[in-house]
Amino acid sequence: MLIRKSERRPERARLFDAAADEASAKLDRRTFLKRSGVTAGALAAVGELALHSVRKAEAGPPPPVGATVTTRKNVCTHCSVGCSVIAKVANGVWIGQEPDYDSPINRGSHCCKGAAVRDDVLNERRLRYPVKLVNGQWTRISWEKAIDEIGDKLLDIRQKAGPDSVYWLGSAKFTNEAAYLNRKLAAFWGTNNSDHQARICHSTTVTGVANTWGYGAMTNSYNDIRNAKTILLMGGNPAEAHPVSLQHILEGKELNRANMIVVDPRMTRTAAHATEYVRVRPGTHIATIYGMLWHIFENGWEDKEFLAQRVYGLDEVRKQVAKWPPKEVERVTGLPEAQVKHVAELFAKQRPSTLIWAMGQTQFTTGTSNVRASCLLLLATGNMGLPGAGANIFRGHTNVQGATDLGLDVTSLPLYYGLAEEAWRHWCRVWEVDYDWMKSRFPDKKLMETPGIPSTRWFDATLLPKNQISQPNPVQAMFIMGHGVNTITRMPEAVKGIEKLELLVVCDPYPTAWSVLSERKNGTYLLPACTSFEMEGSRTNSNRSLQWGEKIVEPVFESKNDYDTMYLFARKFGFADLMFKNIKVENGAVSADDILREINRGGWSTGYCGQSPERLKAHMRNQHKFDLVTLRAPKDDPEVGGDYYGLPWPCWGTPEYRHPGTPILYNTNLPVKEGGGTFRARFGVERVVKRKVMENGQEVEREDHDNLLAEGSYSVGSEIKDGYPEFTLGVLKKLGWDKDLTAQERETIERINPADPDKVSWSTDLSGGIQRVAIEHGCSPYGNAKARMIAWNLPDPVPVHREPIYTPRPDLVADYPTLPDAKQFRVPNIGFSVQKAAVDRAISKQFPLILSSGRLVEYEGGGEETRSNRWLAELKQHMYVEINPADAAERGIVDGGWVWVTGAENSSRARMKAQVTERVGKGVAWMPFHFAGWYEGADLRAKYPTGADPIVLGESVNTLTTYGYDPATGMQEPKATLCQIRAA
Amino acid sequence: MARMKFLCDADRCIDCNACVTACKNENEVPWGINRRRVVTINDGKPGERSVSMACMHCTDAPCASVCPVKCIYPTEDGIVLHDKDLCIGCGYCFYACPFGAPQYPQVGNFGSRGKMDKCTYCAGGGGPEAPGSAEEYAKYGSNRFGEGKLPMCAEMCSTKSLLAGDGDIIAQIYEERVEKRGYGSGAWGWTTAYHEDVKS
Repeated sequence: MLIRKSERRPERARLFDAAADEASAKLDRRTFLKRSGVTAGALAAVGELALHSVRKAEAGPPPPVGATVTTRKNVCTHCSVGCSVIAKVANGVWIGQEPDYDSPINRGSHCCKGAAVRDDVLNERRLRYPVKLVNGQWTRISWEKAIDEIGDKLLDIRQKAGPDSVYWLGSAKFTNEAAYLNRKLAAFWGTNNSDHQARICHSTTVTGVANTWGYGAMTNSYNDIRNAKTILLMGGNPAEAHPVSLQHILEGKELNRANMIVVDPRMTRTAAHATEYVRVRPGTHIATIYGMLWHIFENGWEDKEFLAQRVYGLDEVRKQVAKWPPKEVERVTGLPEAQVKHVAELFAKQRPSTLIWAMGQTQFTTGTSNVRASCLLLLATGNMGLPGAGANIFRGHTNVQGATDLGLDVTSLPLYYGLAEEAWRHWCRVWEVDYDWMKSRFPDKKLMETPGIPSTRWFDATLLPKNQISQPNPVQAMFIMGHGVNTITRMPEAVKGIEKLELLVVCDPYPTAWSVLSERKNGTYLLPACTSFEMEGSRTNSNRSLQWGEKIVEPVFESKNDYDTMYLFARKFGFADLMFKNIKVENGAVSADDILREINRGGWSTGYCGQSPERLKAHMRNQHKFDLVTLRAPKDDPEVGGDYYGLPWPCWGTPEYRHPGTPILYNTNLPVKEGGGTFRARFGVERVVKRKVMENGQEVEREDHDNLLAEGSYSVGSEIKDGYPEFTLGVLKKLGWDKDLTAQERETIERINPADPDKVSWSTDLSGGIQRVAIEHGCSPYGNAKARMIAWNLPDPVPVHREPIYTPRPDLVADYPTLPDAKQFRVPNIGFSVQKAAVDRAISKQFPLILSSGRLVEYEGGGEETRSNRWLAELKQHMYVEINPADAAERGIVDGGWVWVTGAENSSRARMKAQVTERVGKGVAWMPFHFAGWYEGADLRAKYPTGADPIVLGESVNTLTTYGYDPATGMQEPKATLCQIRAA
Repeated sequence: MARMKFLCDADRCIDCNACVTACKNENEVPWGINRRRVVTINDGKPGERSVSMACMHCTDAPCASVCPVKCIYPTEDGIVLHDKDLCIGCGYCFYACPFGAPQYPQVGNFGSRGKMDKCTYCAGGGGPEAPGSAEEYAKYGSNRFGEGKLPMCAEMCSTKSLLAGDGDIIAQIYEERVEKRGYGSGAWGWTTAYHEDVKS
């Protein structure tokens, strides 16, 4: 190899060499190999490395002279993978990032967002101080004045219109502790109008999945996909939405030579790496799944033993599937028989198979049913509760799983306890507040136990006449912490809603589109929040692992962390002492550790009880000890021995019980004590069904008592060798196991329900004793049941294909209409009328293109933060629409040219660039949903507070999206509507 | 003797642009200058492939050959550095480079481009500044290499597609990968940059 040495600088080379000799030769060789991606086993095979330009010093931007550099670890705030971020800090300034090779989740890797998070904090475009609108002008005010004015106004609205007229919109970017605090704040305020991004992201997953087997979450983990033989992605594009997950998917694909099948309307960046790509029409997921199940049942590919032991309701599903022979599947989805059969055969036979999804299944009026259909496929093929199998549901935001768990949801208090009196009494015990006082905060007990208004309908609840809203008064104030407006559909109506509000408060690191969309002149406040990098706290990633983030730097400018802001408001409302009774507040600084401890004390139902701050911090210190595939640390480790990384919930018992967490849900091949589990007995032990049967030649009605408990299936080490109900003190007594309770545990149990202590259950026992005893006998505290193929409490107990509200196939609406109009979540859902009107008016002729939306790798969510990041904004500078070359040619549209896109409602229109590409099929247009700051062709840049406008602005896709709500959750339908496009 | 190289496994690259922002972040590269970028061919069609591209630190680097002021030179580790004090912004290197790596900060009416800028393998600059000094950082960016670290782009690659390090080692990693998975479209750009290819 010919190398020309620089003759000008011989001294320099020598200098480098001298430093390299002793300081770095050995250590750096190892570092180098590790950094090159060499695994430990390959080290021996490597020859000698002579490095020249190596010196002993700090890399990256050099710190100021005399400053010491410290490193701090936090977690990326941009998606649910949960990549660790290492920050270098000098003099209180974040001067650089380093890859964290120790994290078993990202092993040093990032996507463009994670590699650029430093600018989320350094950013000069952040909101610097509180401002309010005074006659249309942003005016700086102090925090004290802001809290005072906002607090007075909120109390005034509460007085006049009731607590439900204030809407508390929280965030999936909260830490667990902030999410919990936000829900607690709404409870103390006296309303269930408390929601966050999960509504528009995976609310349907949570409802669909929890109603099938017990818990609403990813069953396995990103890392576990390495064990799969078949990886089926339906409705997800993780290469852009969860890029680091592709490390596990692609390595798994390579090591196992696994099938990787992508079913999607777009040939996505993920599809580019698949072994097979199937293009499908948006909104036909159930038909596709039933098409696959038709072949599976027809050929006997189902897992009969699994179905017999662990699944309820197969017969009903068989009846539905029989309605979907290949011809009907092709008529609805466009997929030919051979392709559907091929995919079905791979999924059923080349096991373990995992099904991965994201918002491509959830964001439909049939979202809950779509997700349930996916569950049916997994259950029918026995792909549950095993390594390499499972429902790998990729959640969106960094802590959308945690925020959902902690009850930022209109239907529940923290950790899925619901809203019934028992739930309120449980949390009142944890909070040490009087139940009757809590009840007095609400207009009445009924509203206290009635689900609130979903975030998708806040503007309907603002604009609709009072008599159409099932609460005392419409919404009059929005208090928003970390939630965009442009990710919710029907923006033209949101604009009217914003204008009608009496008070709008946005607490966010950025002004967001809330601040510029309307013509509001007063009554609008922006409060600067800091990012999660500027505070402590834990976050739960998609695979249910909790990771603790250290504060990297103090909050910049005048921004405050969410805990302190909520404390100030609680103080203003007069209940801070009660709300923070067991949470330390020093000089206005709230202890995140204490909040997590309080969550631990109440989080039995979901196994959030064992993850103390001390244990989580130990995990972050010992990241390198956890296995890449199993996520487990060696048993003999003094600090984290036997634990799974991040103590994935459920992590049973008290922290002292040291349950290791549950890496794979419902896995009976592991003892419960070692992270195993069963399907949850959540829906009773039996179901009474009236069936018509033939008896002596006559049809008679018979009452059947169907057994809902597992039959012959149980966890390794279980002392009960069959199904069993959830544990209560009563059940323990029957089994004679109550003797194992300690005196202290028994005393706590009796204090919870002195009248009838037998009723105290594994989820309400504050001592953790019932859980401990059940687990010591090898049992799941929540019982051992069958998964439900029929969820009789849902609008469609067995999934039914229903056309989107705005469908390009009006001919199918007669056969597959959406569900009838009804009132849900305090507001009317008139989807049926809207669908009928669209068909009657032949809307699909005027708007012939399907409009779908999705995510770009560079941006996240509503995009304010990422579009303000100078390194990300440079990569995508324009809003655009993807259009197929054939559709573009018909319309005279050229690649990169400007177009007007018109929507099917509100005479909406939006101006953007066209990207002419075969990525979308003919008849389909696709847009990213991260843009805002332009509205119907107008650039709103001048309306942002000075200096706080994001670098990149653009039209929002949701200016064009339309009506449509899942009846079970209030989920919107941005993945399938209609539009028209013309050259501008 | 270790010879530093880049290798992009196109079967792993997902066009996530981590390499691009990692480079920007580590070296504080200004808006408009892209030391690294991801290029996608057959975008949106079957056969779509993405490749992360930057200066490959070529053997017998053509940019060095054409530089009229001889400001570009390889170090003993095979890293191609340049001295911005000597650079006259003539742009010859841009035309000589097979990878489009050299970047220029200015666009002037009379062809003035400013000092050439390109990937330094996160190894600081080729000028007289002390290694790891603030002066070196301001002019060239980070000097990770001096600390025994590799370029940030490769270190943060989301799928371990972009590899950096000793050429023999990263070639071996790639070859093992190809053998294990049974396919590979080759070490992109290696023949051009290094006059050799990986074995499989």
